[in-house]
Amino acid sequence: MGSIFSRILGRLWGDKEVRILILGLDGAGKTTILYRLQVGEVVTTIPTIGFNVETVQYKNIKFQVWDLGGQTSIRPYWRCYYANTDAVIYVVDSVDRDRVSTAKEELMAMLEEDELKDASLLVFANKQDMQGAMSAAEVSDALGLSTLMNRQWSIYKTSAVKGEGLTEGLDWLINIMQK
Amino acid sequence: MMSYSKRDEDSGRIGYQHYFDKTTILQEARVFNESPINARKCRALLTKILYLISQGETFGTTEATELFFSVTKLFQSKDSALRQMVYLVIKELSTVAEDVIMVTSSLMKDMQPTSEVMYRANAIRVLRKITDASMLQGLERFLKAAIVDKNAKVSSAALVSSYHLYGIAREVVKRWANEAQEAINAKPQSAVSAATSYVSSFGNVPATYTAVSNSNIVQYHALGLLYAIRQKDRMAVSKLVQNYAAKSGMSGSVLRSPFAQCLLVRYACKVMEEDPSSTRAVYDLLEGWLRHKSEMVNLEAAKAICEIKDATVKELFPAVTTLQNFLSSGKPSIKFAAIRALNKLAMTQPAAVAPCNIDMENMITDQNRSISTFAITTLLKTGNEASVERLMKQISGFMSEITDESKVLVVEAVGSLCIKFPAKHHVMLSFLSGALRDDGGYDFKRAVVEAIFNFVKYIPESKEAALSHLCEIIEDCEYSKLSVKILHLLGVEGPKCPQPTKYIRYIYNRVILENAVVRGAAVSALAKFGVNVEDEAVKKSVKVLLSRCLDDADDEVRDRATMYLNVIKSGDEQGYVRDDSTYALAYLERQLLNYVSNPELADTPFDLSAVPKISRQDEQERGAQDLGITQSLGARTSTPPQSGSASNGSGARPAVSTTPSLDQQAAYAQQLAEIREFASFGPLFKSTAKPVELTESETEYVVSCVKHVFAHHVVFQFNIKNTLNDSVLEDVNVLMTPDNDEVSLVERVLIPAPQLVYDVPGVAYVAYERTVLEEYPECTFTNELKFIVKDCDPQTGEPDEEGFEDDYQVEEVSLAIADFVLPSYIPSFTRAWEELGQDFEVVETLALTTSPGLQEACRDLIALLGMQALDNTGTVQGSNVHTMTLSGIFIGGIRVLARCRMTYDSATGVTLQLAIRSASEEVSLVMIGAIA
Repeated sequence: MGSIFSRILGRLWGDKEVRILILGLDGAGKTTILYRLQVGEVVTTIPTIGFNVETVQYKNIKFQVWDLGGQTSIRPYWRCYYANTDAVIYVVDSVDRDRVSTAKEELMAMLEEDELKDASLLVFANKQDMQGAMSAAEVSDALGLSTLMNRQWSIYKTSAVKGEGLTEGLDWLINIMQK
Repeated sequence: MMSYSKRDEDSGRIGYQHYFDKTTILQEARVFNESPINARKCRALLTKILYLISQGETFGTTEATELFFSVTKLFQSKDSALRQMVYLVIKELSTVAEDVIMVTSSLMKDMQPTSEVMYRANAIRVLRKITDASMLQGLERFLKAAIVDKNAKVSSAALVSSYHLYGIAREVVKRWANEAQEAINAKPQSAVSAATSYVSSFGNVPATYTAVSNSNIVQYHALGLLYAIRQKDRMAVSKLVQNYAAKSGMSGSVLRSPFAQCLLVRYACKVMEEDPSSTRAVYDLLEGWLRHKSEMVNLEAAKAICEIKDATVKELFPAVTTLQNFLSSGKPSIKFAAIRALNKLAMTQPAAVAPCNIDMENMITDQNRSISTFAITTLLKTGNEASVERLMKQISGFMSEITDESKVLVVEAVGSLCIKFPAKHHVMLSFLSGALRDDGGYDFKRAVVEAIFNFVKYIPESKEAALSHLCEIIEDCEYSKLSVKILHLLGVEGPKCPQPTKYIRYIYNRVILENAVVRGAAVSALAKFGVNVEDEAVKKSVKVLLSRCLDDADDEVRDRATMYLNVIKSGDEQGYVRDDSTYALAYLERQLLNYVSNPELADTPFDLSAVPKISRQDEQERGAQDLGITQSLGARTSTPPQSGSASNGSGARPAVSTTPSLDQQAAYAQQLAEIREFASFGPLFKSTAKPVELTESETEYVVSCVKHVFAHHVVFQFNIKNTLNDSVLEDVNVLMTPDNDEVSLVERVLIPAPQLVYDVPGVAYVAYERTVLEEYPECTFTNELKFIVKDCDPQTGEPDEEGFEDDYQVEEVSLAIADFVLPSYIPSFTRAWEELGQDFEVVETLALTTSPGLQEACRDLIALLGMQALDNTGTVQGSNVHTMTLSGIFIGGIRVLARCRMTYDSATGVTLQLAIRSASEEVSLVMIGAIA
């Protein structure tokens, strides 16, 4: 029994890192979000071939964030990094209406995975700073989030370049993890 | 696996014994997925993986891929000691595992200037292992920056990686030449540079200490890359050498690294090789480098001077002096390098090395056996007759202590020594036979036997002694191959000796005691005695011995005995034993292969008459070339008195030897056999020995042509090279137009070269069928290339979408009678001439107006008839009269002989009486037609 207590406590207060995956189609803004969170600045990025991994400190909690490349050729390797994941941040390009259905397919396929059955899902409807961006509700509908069963999820509208909505999302994550 | 030592986990030392294997490691790899990461444990496991790989353990693709993905998770750790191992392991796995590009982004981040040096340098090295040409564009900017980075480790890593990448993406890496140059010229860093050590302690504390880095190794890497980029361009290489050599003369030389300087020495030699006119200038450079402050550079320069072809003793002198000084060096490696270079030089220029004799004498007793062996073998070459005996004695003293390789060296030296000091042959022979009693492998024993063969061949007075040594060897020889060799030689040489019976006894002993292979060889050797010894008593006893072999257990041995008995009885009219010719083996092999693989031919016997013959002497010389026998052998053949042809100089050689072209033909045949369209043409009869150049060598497109003659077909092979780097040719056809419409040739197959990119040769074929088999068309073709040109970016080689048609005229090709004749050697012209008789003889007398002299006439006739000159008649001996005898095989396997009687008169020029004999009147007429 003692060991269980210490694990729960460690998760809340200890130095145990929260493992987070940032996934999404190519060009959705995953890498920009990662570095916005880590260094607080907008960095110029090139398409990620493979992954970036960084530690992000937010409100005394250490997040170990894995940003996996979104190109078609790299998506099959997402699954190699599913194990032990606490939460998935799924980034959607709110302007790219053409590929939102692809985004849905990838999301659903990912959530089917056994290794992710306990992971919470945080969706970022990104690029809200651009004209013609879909609202959070529209994105939620397009992804079919309301049909999700047995899953802690939430959606936030964000703009990585302006830094809006990101902390709200993280706050939600911290909140449900402490429950 | 068994555990041999106590498991000692806590010491943290890398001293693993075999208490782990692949399976346990793959299981333990779960530790990589744990969170948080235990850096110490992971690093230990990675070390084990590397250890296993270094021990030769291999991983399957799935295993490696799984392992790779687990390892990628370790990128989350900030522990630099762990990261170091991650880099190393990924490098090892990169060749086996799939999808290794998954670490690209992580590595690119690690190589950024903001990262630690250790991260940056290693990340660059790993990156080049996992990347490919298509991704290189994206990396280019970063790699270029890394090349000129002011940190030597980063710069070196980038340069070495570029060097490797050059192989997969030539055009991209070419653009980095400026950066490489900048890296060479960069000012040296302050001597002490902070760098993370490559070997840091096992703990979690990143061990950073200051390392002294003044090796300037960057220059070595940069120069290597520059050369790789420019090596195709002779002018650029020569400029490169000049550039850096000039600056190195001054006190503040640009090339501070001795390694780079050594590279420069080698490149200078390349320049000299390719452009002999530069020899003088390069020699001066090399001589200057003999005084360089680094021993390494001195050695390299001295070696280079020693290897200059035709260097005079005077030119060699400074190099030899330098090497001589090194002989008394305190460092064994320097000593060894110097004596080795001198040894090599002594093979060709013993006089130049002789001044070092005293120094080398002192080295005979050197502790290091490799050094002493070289010292002795060098002394054997340079010393005088008086010292031979003493040296031999000394060397026998430690023969048993040195390796087989060194023993071979010694034996070869003794073998070549026999030519120099024939008077000492008894000492050397007894040394060799003594050496045979030592233990040693096949190579060693073979070297000894070959050395003794030299005595037989070149020193008549030692022949009998050498032969009796050989007889002793076969009495107790564990290698059948050697026994066979020796038995053959005994068979050839024995009958010429005053007491042939002596050898017969030894040979017959083999028949009784040995295995079938040796018995067969012994029977053949006996037969040579039966045929070649005139003494009837000997003939009789050989017959008795051979008839005993008729009951042998082995088929081959019995067959040989039966055949030879008959040959001896009939007096060898057909020359079975006396024949000194042999088939051109490469050609024969190819014809036999074709025969076996072609079911249609199964009903007809193999046609041996169509296979050209060469003399045994040719075969031997070629064998010597193949083995790369040292110059000492080459020098030897020019000294013995009996070989008259060699002393006539180079003029005689091309006419005598046809074998190299036959080997070349075998290669062509293989190429052609792979082309489906030509499959039905049957075996290849003849290919032109040397491609005919159809363009100058400096034109846009360089074209040469090779003619291949088949039974019914003629194939023209056009080798085309595009020398323009801004265009790509596609669909390159050759349009051939005969100058004579009546000619009985019909174009059958046209195979274009699909694409010709810059500097990569391509091949187009045109095949004709001879529609009238009795005609051997002589015809000249005009040739035109037809192709589609596409412009392309010279940097990337990417062609434009759109191209346009173009053509290009090249020179003519002609088909002549000589193309239907294969040169072939026969042992006796007179006998063959008589055999063919006068039935189909054609004689004609001609005035050769185009040939200014007899030698030129011979050359022209050989070229026009395509036949082989026999018995050195290809070289003119007298001044006014000469008779040349020629032999060849006409297409279809018909033997043709020609006798050319020529007279020369300064007023009328060369008058020729040409007589041709063959088994067919038609062929004789055609052959005469080739001249008339």
